[in-house]
Amino acid sequence: MPSLLGVVVVTFLLSHALPGDPAAYFAGPAANAASIASVRATLGLDRPLPEQFLRYVVDLLHGNLGNSLTTGQPVLTDLAQRLPASLELSGYAIIFAVGVAVPLGVWSAMKANGPVDHASRVIVTVSAAFPTFFVGLLLVYVFYYLLGWAPEPVGRLNEVNYSPPPTITGAYTVDALLAGDGGVFRAALAQLTLPAISLGLFALAPLARITRAAMLEALGSDFVRTARANGLPTAKIVFTYALRNALLPITSVLGMVFSFLIGSNVLIEQVFGWQGVGAYAVSAVLASDYAAVQGFVLMMAVLYVLLNLAVDIAATIIDPRVRFES
Amino acid sequence: MSFVTLARNTRYAFGENRLTLIAVAMLGIMVVCAALGPLLAPYDPLMTNAAVKLAPPSAAHWFGTDVLGRDILSRVIVAARLDLGMAVSAVVLSFGAGLALGAAAGYFGGWTDAIVGRVMDTIMAFPLFVLAMGIVAALGNSVLNIIIATMIINLPFYCRFARAEVNVRRELGYVEAARMGGNTALQTLVNHIVPNILPPMMVQASLNMGWAILNAAGLSFIGLGVRPPTPEWGIMVSEGASYIISGEWWAFMFPGAALVAAVFTFNMLGDGLRDLLDPRKRV
Repeated sequence: MPSLLGVVVVTFLLSHALPGDPAAYFAGPAANAASIASVRATLGLDRPLPEQFLRYVVDLLHGNLGNSLTTGQPVLTDLAQRLPASLELSGYAIIFAVGVAVPLGVWSAMKANGPVDHASRVIVTVSAAFPTFFVGLLLVYVFYYLLGWAPEPVGRLNEVNYSPPPTITGAYTVDALLAGDGGVFRAALAQLTLPAISLGLFALAPLARITRAAMLEALGSDFVRTARANGLPTAKIVFTYALRNALLPITSVLGMVFSFLIGSNVLIEQVFGWQGVGAYAVSAVLASDYAAVQGFVLMMAVLYVLLNLAVDIAATIIDPRVRFES
Repeated sequence: MSFVTLARNTRYAFGENRLTLIAVAMLGIMVVCAALGPLLAPYDPLMTNAAVKLAPPSAAHWFGTDVLGRDILSRVIVAARLDLGMAVSAVVLSFGAGLALGAAAGYFGGWTDAIVGRVMDTIMAFPLFVLAMGIVAALGNSVLNIIIATMIINLPFYCRFARAEVNVRRELGYVEAARMGGNTALQTLVNHIVPNILPPMMVQASLNMGWAILNAAGLSFIGLGVRPPTPEWGIMVSEGASYIISGEWWAFMFPGAALVAAVFTFNMLGDGLRDLLDPRKRV
């Protein structure tokens, strides 16, 4: 909760740090002194700062993030329309990252200094030096232009050939399955593959590194030695005993991974023409559409705080030793 | 650290780890490009030439030309000053402010610590790249504001690091001795504690530099700060991106490779510096 309060204070300050006079800005170029004053009064900008802050909080509680200058719609509506696209992309990215990173980390730890271990170390070092957007573009060049395996990066669905499925969850792959439309499902999944992989690659590196370290520690511990001495099969030792103990460090690094994913999502949406909240925010920043940008920053921060909360809860479920002081 | 051990450590860092040596050489190249950019570039980075637009790499244009016929090699070289300049200024500002705030919080504790800690927690409650976008949007779209935004999102790392390092030294013998010797709190902190935490902070800064470059380039990739036709690696990648689907790979590949090389250099340099200053962490 204190972090949510901090987030709200910062977004409030950001919305009031606009260069120049915001009332003059919102009144438009043709405004005279009287119309600027009336805009100032309607926006409540003539009130003392604490009162403005209270109004801001009340507006937020009513879900009012202001209106977007470019789309003319309430910012919340705009964001809600585009959020499923971003969540779908990030969701597939994290599934890919965890699905590859955990087995890779376990394997590297079991065969430390073996070929898989060296290969994963190279991936980790290299991915730390590559900008997300550059990797996305490289993948497009190789898999679309050179090999022709991936579809043209035109966003969520090639709308020349397919029409989007009826909206239920907003995620095209899920909606297509619910509608029983296999063709659209495959098309949407094909569009998703490259952006999800380029996004996931960067979550993969820290996850694989922490899995390897945690597994090495667990495998070297007394309880694993005892389990081995008692003749338990390797699979049971690795997956039931060691991996269970390694899960805690893995979940705690997830918080950092989420911060990174939300930020990189913006860049990847830009590369692949993905119609998500990130692309919306970028065009809002370029159009000086302040309400839209602040709404986006606030929504992402709240999402991030909630994700961290979920990570903490998961940690207490995995490890009974972790408890919050009440 | 005596001179002999320093010499031995330097030999270790360079001799055992060839990557550090490569990184130092690459840093040298980049510094030369940043310092002498326009003199080294074979062409004027802004000169357009419709006759050779989107020409592939050749003897005349090693990195090819972009859609306006500008020489990509020249643009990549000249951009080094702006890209490294943005990252270095952001890291230096962040280093200074983080050191001051963190050292004060770690040394004085109490209210100072509580306030500084809460501010840093609030910054960390945001996804950092998103916060940087918000800051640039609020302060205005300029290179200076990109630097400020990058500085702010880097601040918590330095601040927390400095706080922890000062905190463990606060009660050490030599600090007690300095206090007994009649130094004021500020003198003790500035003259006796801070010099001792500088080396580990430098390692942190070098490892952080790569991240700062990536952040600044990411912001300019989405169109913030640097405006065309200014040569800058992030914006060049974004300009070149439109021609990937028709196969003109050189327009995005070379500026992107320059970014990767710069980040890689600072990451390797940070690892080497850590080997040099903290032999216990050698692997």
